[in-house]
Amino acid sequence: MRTIHVGEITKNIKEMCIEANHFLSQDMDIAMKHAVSVEKAPLGCQILEQLQENLQIAGEDMIPICQDTGMAVIFLKIGQEVHFEGGLLENAVNEGVRQGYTEGYLRKSVVKDPLLRENTKDNTPAVIHYEIVEGDKVTATVAPKGFGSENMSRIFMLKPSDGIDGVKQAILTAVKDAGPNACPPMVVGVGIGGTFEKCALLAKKALTRPVNEHSEIPYVKEMEEEMLQKINCLGIGPGGLGGTVTALAVNVETYPTHIAGLPVAVNICCHVNRHVTRII
Amino acid sequence: MDKHIYTPLTEEKARELRAGDYVYITGTIFTARDAAHKRMQEALDAGENLPIELKDAIIYYMGPSPAREGRPIGSAGPTTASRMDKYAPTLLDLGLKGMIGKGKRSQEVRDAIVRNGAVYFAAVGGAGALLSKSITASELVAYEDLGTEAIRRLEVVNFPVIVVADAEGNNLYETAIREYASESTCEL
Repeated sequence: MRTIHVGEITKNIKEMCIEANHFLSQDMDIAMKHAVSVEKAPLGCQILEQLQENLQIAGEDMIPICQDTGMAVIFLKIGQEVHFEGGLLENAVNEGVRQGYTEGYLRKSVVKDPLLRENTKDNTPAVIHYEIVEGDKVTATVAPKGFGSENMSRIFMLKPSDGIDGVKQAILTAVKDAGPNACPPMVVGVGIGGTFEKCALLAKKALTRPVNEHSEIPYVKEMEEEMLQKINCLGIGPGGLGGTVTALAVNVETYPTHIAGLPVAVNICCHVNRHVTRII
Repeated sequence: MDKHIYTPLTEEKARELRAGDYVYITGTIFTARDAAHKRMQEALDAGENLPIELKDAIIYYMGPSPAREGRPIGSAGPTTASRMDKYAPTLLDLGLKGMIGKGKRSQEVRDAIVRNGAVYFAAVGGAGALLSKSITASELVAYEDLGTEAIRRLEVVNFPVIVVADAEGNNLYETAIREYASESTCEL
């Protein structure tokens, strides 16, 4: 048994919120630099170069990469040997978000009620996903999600007979419809299987997987590669203004499902695709 | 083609702009996004005056992050314009000449752009730190309680945008994508 004071969680979440909004993760940084070298459209290249300049200014002057600093999505993998003290874990996480967004000059984009729409003024609450795992550590991933791309995400409840072609078509449909709205070049997170909510969560998780890593399942890896190639010949391009780099990666996660179903969720993310992970 | 324009954006100036033009805007523009548009529509419905003069104005669909000390504004990139489609035709008919955002517009908005000799510009989505460098001043105008969604008056210098929808009915998103799409290889 290992005891962790929840203050430790608060401190880390705060720092991670600020870090994720000012610095690209290494995998995204490599992918964005690579995109400049392969884009064929002159305007597309110009936009990708501006995005490089934007990243440089963000890091040097501590201005958020994007003004939409997102709703804080937080994945916590909690080792079952961990015991928390000092208060409720959920409160500690939200306190970290509150401090990060307030002290880090991040935008407060959360409304308390989806229809009454009053801003909570501190970007809380976060959306927190807990998982109990082996060991005595906590692995925290902070993935603030902007809603330009979140709004373009889709769930398709396909039939088993739709098969792999139906899944591919669903992915292409979601990306085509998203077009310029999702701030391309985008990262496409796909969840296949499970239930209605499970496939959505898989798609979200897929976005936190490094964009230079493929699925370990051979046919899924093949599908990731094929879909990236197909998406990049849709012509959408950087900023949606035409070009050959529409997506930087397609990350697919799968899960067992019911004999009657084939749920597919497509969670689209912009070129910032913030994700920071720490082991506490 | 690179062009420089100065506000106010008159119909004459707007009509000279073509989809695909790279435009640098200098002068005064206003911010308004979802909640501010809803309030403006409610004000119009109630027969009240709007907090900003729409004639020859440019509205930037943007809600900034907070400014650090000594800076006029925080990160300041465009938000998705289609969420304002419900309100935009009315504002265009009242004299609004330019909108800056990102993403597709509805047919109703594009018709209103043509009808009024207006223009829709895209700024690069996700380049909020870079775009903030073209904003020299920011002043709260109305709806302070909306926080980031309040209406602000911005002074901009060479603010970089691209004409997407022009007064002739051209739409860059459609034409540019077609140019780089290779349909045959996209098929499954």
